[in-house]
Amino acid sequence: MTEPREEMEFDVVIVGAGPAGLSAAIRLKQISPDLSVLIVEKGAEVGSHVISGAVIDPSGLDALVPDWRERETPIKTAVTDDRFLWLTEKSAFPLPGFIMPPLMSNHGNYIVSLANVCKWLATEAEALGVDIYPGFAGAELLIEDGKVVGVATGDMGIEKSGEPGPNFARGMALKGKYVLLAEGVRGSLTKRAIAEFGLAKESDFQKYGIGFKEIWQVTDANHKPGLVQHTLGWPLQDSVGGGSYIYHLEDNQVAIGFVVHLNYKNPYLSPFDEFQRLKTHPAIKGTFEGAKRLSYGARAISEGGYQSIPQLAFPGGALVGDAAGFVNLPRIKGSHNAVLSGIVTAEHVAAALAAGRSGDTLADLDAALRAGPIGKDLHKVRNVKPLLSRFGTLLGMGLAGFDMWCNTLLGASLFGTLRHGKPDYATLEPAAQHQPIDYPKRDGVLTFDRLSSVFISGTNHEENQPPHLHVADLALQKSSELDIFAGPSTRYCPAGVYEWVDGSYVINAQNCVHCKTCDIKDPNQNIDWVPPEGGGGPNYINM
Amino acid sequence: MKILVPVKRVVDANVKIRVKPDGSGVDTANVKMSMNPFDENALEEALRLREAGTATEVVIVTVGSEKSAETLRAGLAMGADRAIHVKTEAPRIEPLAVAKVLKAVIASEAPDLVILGKQAIDDDNNQTGQMLSALLGWPQATFASKIVIGAGTIDVTREVDGGHETLRLALPALVTADLRLNEPRYASLPNIMKAKKKPLDETSPETLGVDIAPRLTVLKTTEPAGRTAGIIVASAEELAAKLKQAGVL
Amino acid sequence: MTTLILAEHDGKTLNEATAKALTAAKALGAPVHILVAGHSISAVAAAATRLDGVAKVLSADAESLAHQLAEPLAALVVSLAGGYDAIVAAATSTGKNTLPRVAALLDVMQVSEVSKVLAPDTFERPIYAGNAIETVQATGKLVLTIRISAFTATGEGANAQVETVSVPADPGTSQWLGAELSASVRPELAGARVVVSGGRALGSAEQFEAVLAPLADKLNAAIGASRAAVDAGYAANDMQVGQTGKVVAPELYIAIGISGAIQHLAGMKDSRIVVAINKDADAPIFQVADFGLVGDLFTLVPELVKALD
Repeated sequence: MTEPREEMEFDVVIVGAGPAGLSAAIRLKQISPDLSVLIVEKGAEVGSHVISGAVIDPSGLDALVPDWRERETPIKTAVTDDRFLWLTEKSAFPLPGFIMPPLMSNHGNYIVSLANVCKWLATEAEALGVDIYPGFAGAELLIEDGKVVGVATGDMGIEKSGEPGPNFARGMALKGKYVLLAEGVRGSLTKRAIAEFGLAKESDFQKYGIGFKEIWQVTDANHKPGLVQHTLGWPLQDSVGGGSYIYHLEDNQVAIGFVVHLNYKNPYLSPFDEFQRLKTHPAIKGTFEGAKRLSYGARAISEGGYQSIPQLAFPGGALVGDAAGFVNLPRIKGSHNAVLSGIVTAEHVAAALAAGRSGDTLADLDAALRAGPIGKDLHKVRNVKPLLSRFGTLLGMGLAGFDMWCNTLLGASLFGTLRHGKPDYATLEPAAQHQPIDYPKRDGVLTFDRLSSVFISGTNHEENQPPHLHVADLALQKSSELDIFAGPSTRYCPAGVYEWVDGSYVINAQNCVHCKTCDIKDPNQNIDWVPPEGGGGPNYINM
Repeated sequence: MKILVPVKRVVDANVKIRVKPDGSGVDTANVKMSMNPFDENALEEALRLREAGTATEVVIVTVGSEKSAETLRAGLAMGADRAIHVKTEAPRIEPLAVAKVLKAVIASEAPDLVILGKQAIDDDNNQTGQMLSALLGWPQATFASKIVIGAGTIDVTREVDGGHETLRLALPALVTADLRLNEPRYASLPNIMKAKKKPLDETSPETLGVDIAPRLTVLKTTEPAGRTAGIIVASAEELAAKLKQAGVL
Repeated sequence: MTTLILAEHDGKTLNEATAKALTAAKALGAPVHILVAGHSISAVAAAATRLDGVAKVLSADAESLAHQLAEPLAALVVSLAGGYDAIVAAATSTGKNTLPRVAALLDVMQVSEVSKVLAPDTFERPIYAGNAIETVQATGKLVLTIRISAFTATGEGANAQVETVSVPADPGTSQWLGAELSASVRPELAGARVVVSGGRALGSAEQFEAVLAPLADKLNAAIGASRAAVDAGYAANDMQVGQTGKVVAPELYIAIGISGAIQHLAGMKDSRIVVAINKDADAPIFQVADFGLVGDLFTLVPELVKALD
């Protein structure tokens, strides 16, 4: 496709209307109301692709909209009870509060739908004059003379054959003096920028998990608004990292979720089925008696922490939010850091623009971010993930707890800073070294299959478009992914996108919930996730 | 020729709706809303007639809440020239009331042709076009899959049970659009930006002198009963026998 | 208290939809008259007199009604409406085209696609493509269209009189130019009485046709397909039944080699009788099938064709 694109110019172009992109836009307009700030968002509307637990630490919002508590916001349910359980197959052992480092406490935090928080932030941003365009994917990074000068939105109306159809509309070139990539975990443009500018040269590679979430409507008797419960242990074996969360929101809604660290080794592991199985635990299933599942979704989560933060600033822009990976793993929180990174990045961009600069590298940004609240938040917990990876969940958590206490009380760690072992795509072992896992049958009441789950995520893609999941080498997929690893994509994909049918690889791209796990976990890095036509993907509600 | 296209804001077709457990309706909080898909077909056809030089102006109109303005902006972004918002916060507006409001709008707008979707995908009534046509005393062609404008007439191919039929209507006339009429265009980013500056007039049912009070009472809204598993038969012969018994052959 | 049904017919034969609308109309508890409107329709009117429970048949015979255009047809019904408390039609393309016009002229809000009569003034009807059911109560004169897949047909058993009624002048604003019934011998998927659908288990486009066509021909059925079969290139896009394809509600739906992903079920769950033929006894399609047959479709389908002889 070489047809020239129509161009528009802005001061700042932001890709992604999540907490980071919206916060950056709001802060920019707070500082300089005259700046032209544009956000493009691939979801059909703001919040359609936002999925998070979520218990939020309000420190980010306190900095961005200090009087948010006096406003009408979707932040309504304060955490009132915080429980932590260790599960075995039949039992649950509560971990007493006093052994938890204080940074793990959820006192003062809120249980929210992050999607609805983003919808609210979008109205705040629009009131300040930010232009937000949902339904348009940032499809291509425009690079001229070694610097990012803008972003092109995706073409619309390309047919399956790759040829323009009758409704073809060429994407637009959105030029910006600075371009902020706020795509969330494993963003497709972020991936290009990291490669193009060598942003990860100095840092460890990123580590990931896959997070699932379901929202249930529970009975009055089982609804305890404000209750937060986390579990570790069963159904995962000790060598596989991960855990669950249950958050009781308002209106009889309960969010249950599960995270599986993507450094697992057994290709037969099915994170989706582990999640379904979790719900049958005696300590958990009671909450969902007589309840109805309302929605489902899944998304990759960054887990690399402090060591894995790439260089943020590149010529002409910066990474913000989880595109760079700011999740605090033991706290299972990242959105406060996403907001804070939006703020600090906006402040650097605004200062550069005020000084008449454009298209350069924001030289002080990285140091400011590491020295600020984000750096402090992540530095204290930097060894948790490596300890879990090395010692398994039980011993790893014990050591991690000890390490976090040391960091809290002494301001230092006995371990120094541990490095990550291997990237997640390299941790899978050949199927021959493992046994298939026999997962229990789903009952259609408490446990479900993938397709009925995708159904309630509202996922849809225009059907007559080329698949947005690019397999670089199909022969390799057969000879390695299938023949050596027994087709792990059919198990790690939370949406049933991948199937092996009589030796041929079927890609049901319409089912894709944009979690990016395939882009991360494919053992040969043979799958490239690119944005489909704008507006495609899940239509999450209240996620 | 001037074309009026009435449009409705509905829950987006891709959203899996949720019936509220108390039976009070369908939950639309935080749900993506869009222009009724059949109305998009209607608007697309009007725009094509304008682009072909047959029509000179395409005006869109909606009856609904403050938020319905977003749907009008979407229609302006597709290419409508201007929009009329008959604003009301009434929670339920029936097709008969909408038809009366539209009749009042038409009295001042005097279009030659009205094209609208054959039905809204929320209440699935399939009434508004026919009712409006009756109130205006105009000829109608519902479920249109093809439109050809003649001299003072319009030929419409309709999708009917088992095939198609073609009617010739004297203008002014009313047409309701089916999905196969066309494939609606995407609103491009520049057009979405420009749409913010296009004229959007506001009025209200009261100003137009129309009573929109509902006639029907909705007692409750429930989830449909799910199907249940039947029996497994042993052979094709047994299946054939069962189907004969069930009276479906 | 009398109910008037607008008969559904093609000028020659009375469509079964009328007998289904009659079942719903009888539930209103009042005597039922059937209006047969068209041109040269004595055979249709005679068929209507035999439907069980019909008190009278009205025959409106005029050239202007030959094609049952909405304007003259609605004018006719309105001219008769004074004598009736309820006006009913099957929700066919003619009924859906005409009755809202009647309702507006009578200043009545129509109840569309009634799927259940709970009381003479209270009805259930599907909304959101059948994903919710609304219970509505009407006051005064009723105008109802009836969802035909929700009612069984009333049989014969009466011998009612035919009364000729006068036909109002045709407004003459619309003119019928021609009709083209489906080019294919098979009925349209969306309106077919029987649908035979195939899935990916059919293995190829050739086998899809070879296995399904004889059964479809035998049953005068439309052929549908699952998304997997369409994606695999075994069937054309417009044959897809399901969430993103067509939503069908035939009398009989036969799913062959379809596992029954919920996206597919969303497109056929309102069918009256569902039959599943699949080799996997655990396939979700069996959860919604009235009759299931477990085994190899390549042997079972030809056997079924033979058994239907």
